Amino acid sequence: MLFGFEWDLSSPLAFAVSILPMLLTGMWVTIQAAVLGFALALVLGLVWAVLKAAPLRIIAWPAAVVTEFLRDTPLLVQLFFLYYVLPEYGIVLPAFMTGALALGLQYSAYTAEVYRAGLQAVPRGQHEAALALNLTPARKFTHIVVPQAIPRIVPAMGNYLVSIMKDVPVLSVVTVLEMLNVARIIGDRTFDYLIPLSMVGAIYLVMTLIASAGVRALDTYLPKEGIPLK
Amino acid sequence: MDVHWTEYLPPLLEGAWVTIRLTVFSTLLGAILAFAAGVGRLSRNAALRAVSVAYIEVFRGTSLLVQLFWLYFALPLAGQAVGLDLRIPPVIAGILALSLNIGAYGAEVVRGAIQSVHTGQHEAALALNFTPRQTLARVTIPQAIPEMMPSFGNLAVQNLKDTALVSLISLGDMTFRAEQIRNFTQDSVTVYSMLLAMYFGMALVLTAMMRGIEHSVGRWRPVRS
Repeated sequence: MLFGFEWDLSSPLAFAVSILPMLLTGMWVTIQAAVLGFALALVLGLVWAVLKAAPLRIIAWPAAVVTEFLRDTPLLVQLFFLYYVLPEYGIVLPAFMTGALALGLQYSAYTAEVYRAGLQAVPRGQHEAALALNLTPARKFTHIVVPQAIPRIVPAMGNYLVSIMKDVPVLSVVTVLEMLNVARIIGDRTFDYLIPLSMVGAIYLVMTLIASAGVRALDTYLPKEGIPLK
Repeated sequence: MDVHWTEYLPPLLEGAWVTIRLTVFSTLLGAILAFAAGVGRLSRNAALRAVSVAYIEVFRGTSLLVQLFWLYFALPLAGQAVGLDLRIPPVIAGILALSLNIGAYGAEVVRGAIQSVHTGQHEAALALNFTPRQTLARVTIPQAIPEMMPSFGNLAVQNLKDTALVSLISLGDMTFRAEQIRNFTQDSVTVYSMLLAMYFGMALVLTAMMRGIEHSVGRWRPVRS
């Protein structure tokens, strides 16, 4: 029994049907972890992007090293580090939060690059035109640069959300009950790993196909030249 | 327990050697799979195309850890059901999962690069009476390789990072050794800091090596007129 659901070992089909609610409970945790990690990556990535673009090298350079480090070291090791090292400094987080934090940190290095590329792709002429029209830097940023950068940034971010979803199973090593961990527990108790693990694979395939279709739809829906403001 | 950090080095380096070999083997096997599936996806043979698309979608669409666990825990049971012995040692499961996964990502890079080769090149090869096989091997792929290299560099680093997951099927890589040391000494800060630094160093070396290859195949790049 798991999460109040009972498994039925009478036939492979009955077993598959009976464990589906358990796996879907795990899937909900997977989605929550992915969304929370993604939200963190969006915010942190923007911070990195701004710091890396700083005119002062004493700010830009450390930010570049930190993001390179986050990008080049394994998520699993970062997760272990946070899980075992943070408590030694008195920061005790639930496993789920530590996991979301690790996902957010790793992916912030990637999202920082997306912000940078998206903002740099806005043609120079647009900046010059804004200057010629005497727009303040803040107004230029919110009304000229950002609306034109969004069609490039949003689909790329969508792809990273799909990637994060596929990295959530790593969180199982710190006892987060996401979908893969649920499947393993079912396997450990029933000695049948084949059906639960195959079902997790199939559910993942469905999730990523839907999510990728969503990203593609977003890509076609967003006007290439930018979001019209009026 | 008071252990000096230098005493962690021998086991960690032993693990590092496993990590390096895993990375090299799975990246090479992954590159072969990437070329096979990337070219297969553009084939005129519908069956070949279907197999390539199925492979790419399945391995890109599911999580690497799920693939690894499936190969290690579920495949032997699947073999049992049809009367075959499909139990594979952890090291084979690890290399297979890593290379199948990275190969699927690489296949999309190969496909994109091949499609980016100018159509005039194909027409010229046709006019010179090249067979389709010759066109692919002598004209298309040599010009496509320089296009692939930057993405392959990223994938190689991705693969290096992914090798850490094999520690979860009890393969004695660098992460596995660090876990053992931590269990023994409870000195998490030192062990994991060293581990992170070692992965970072390896990634920097790998990036530099891939840049070197990128530079040396750069001469295959067609001269743009």
